[in-house]
Amino acid sequence: MFDLYGFGHLLFEGTLVTIELSLAALVCGLVLGLAGAAMKLSGLWPLRLLAGIYTAVIRGVPELVVILFIYYGGVILLNKFAHSLGYVGYINVNAFTAGVTALSLTFGAYATEVFRGAIAAVPANQIEAARAIGMRPRTIFRRILLPQVWRFALPGLGNIFLIIIKETALVSVIGLDELMRKADLAVGYTKKPFTFFLFAACIYLSMTAVAMLFQRGLERRANRGVAGRPMA
Amino acid sequence: MNISVMIGALPDLLGGVALTTELVALALLVGFVIALSTALARLSGVAVLRWLATAYVFTFRGTPLLVQIFLIYYGLSQFAFVRDSVAWVVLKQPFWCTLMALALNTGAYTAEVFRGGILSVPHNQIEAARAIGMSPVTAFRRIIWPLAIRQALPAYGNEMILMVKASSLASTVTLMDITGVAQTLAADTYMPIEIFTAAALVYLCLTYAMTQAIHFFERRLDVTRRRS
Repeated sequence: MFDLYGFGHLLFEGTLVTIELSLAALVCGLVLGLAGAAMKLSGLWPLRLLAGIYTAVIRGVPELVVILFIYYGGVILLNKFAHSLGYVGYINVNAFTAGVTALSLTFGAYATEVFRGAIAAVPANQIEAARAIGMRPRTIFRRILLPQVWRFALPGLGNIFLIIIKETALVSVIGLDELMRKADLAVGYTKKPFTFFLFAACIYLSMTAVAMLFQRGLERRANRGVAGRPMA
Repeated sequence: MNISVMIGALPDLLGGVALTTELVALALLVGFVIALSTALARLSGVAVLRWLATAYVFTFRGTPLLVQIFLIYYGLSQFAFVRDSVAWVVLKQPFWCTLMALALNTGAYTAEVFRGGILSVPHNQIEAARAIGMSPVTAFRRIIWPLAIRQALPAYGNEMILMVKASSLASTVTLMDITGVAQTLAADTYMPIEIFTAAALVYLCLTYAMTQAIHFFERRLDVTRRRS
């Protein structure tokens, strides 16, 4: 269907980088999201304020600006910090690290809201009942909260992941050799922009389709044994 | 952090605001028309229309906006018949290509929002409208749409704010929107932290203003509060 003029291998490599980037952002973003939700629900107001500022800033500023800030500004900040600790060398931040950081921050901000909603969706009387039979807070979290939060949060998290897969394309702007940049390189040689960008679009489309199928499987598993929920 | 650099960057950045608002406003306007027609096509009884609308929504929601912009701006020039046609006057300009991509992108997302809103209208309301002799068009205009838009407004508002953020991709095809100006300034001054922070603050102001405007409309459309 596509004549790739021998650039197929290059695009395949780029696809792998895109997948790595999305998965790394997913893992770090989930941790950030859980931490953010915990901070927003905590009794300490400085933590709540900090988490509030974090989500408000990330949700109000374009991801491209966040990526550019971290790539160009992050290096300066990091080195200043390292020097203040007495480090004399120069720390280099590569495009992959900067990309993962920016996408994780985005994922984390949106996931914070999803987790917060999911935790609030667990009926309060279940927590009270758990406490009444003598469960410790940590046990309540692991046995009562987490399994249900996971179930409530899955649809929201899946949506964020789909957004993140598509946003990995923005990291090509800072020169990371992912799918979009490889396609751009191929265009430079062949002068066939439509062919290669359409091919890239098809790969992104199949990646989001696979992610959606995977999400559906996870949701079905998380919802097993729950009455009255459609298993579609 | 050098505050004076940030303040010095503001006039240039505010120049970028003009282009950003222009892009967002036009994209939302065109996107609204696309979204409404697509939502109606997806709900229509004609299988071909339904199929076309579903395919459009699926492809534009499943691919990155950057790819869509590049496909329209760089991609179309691959074909000689496009370059020779009258449409080339428009298609060779990054502004119109970005606008087209933004409108098609938001149109696909908004179509789903509108479809959800229309589906949320209780069926008996539509039946009642038809029973008293309203034509399908009148019933849509007077009964279905006012109820649907009220239901869809929060999600539509989110989409509008996402559009402000998405417009930053215009900078990738040489346009001087807020992000484009910021990138040039950062390269000129070697002060990326100050410049991108200033740009982020400008965006925050824009999205905040947009949120307030949406809240205002939500309150106005909320009939339960209007009589008090």
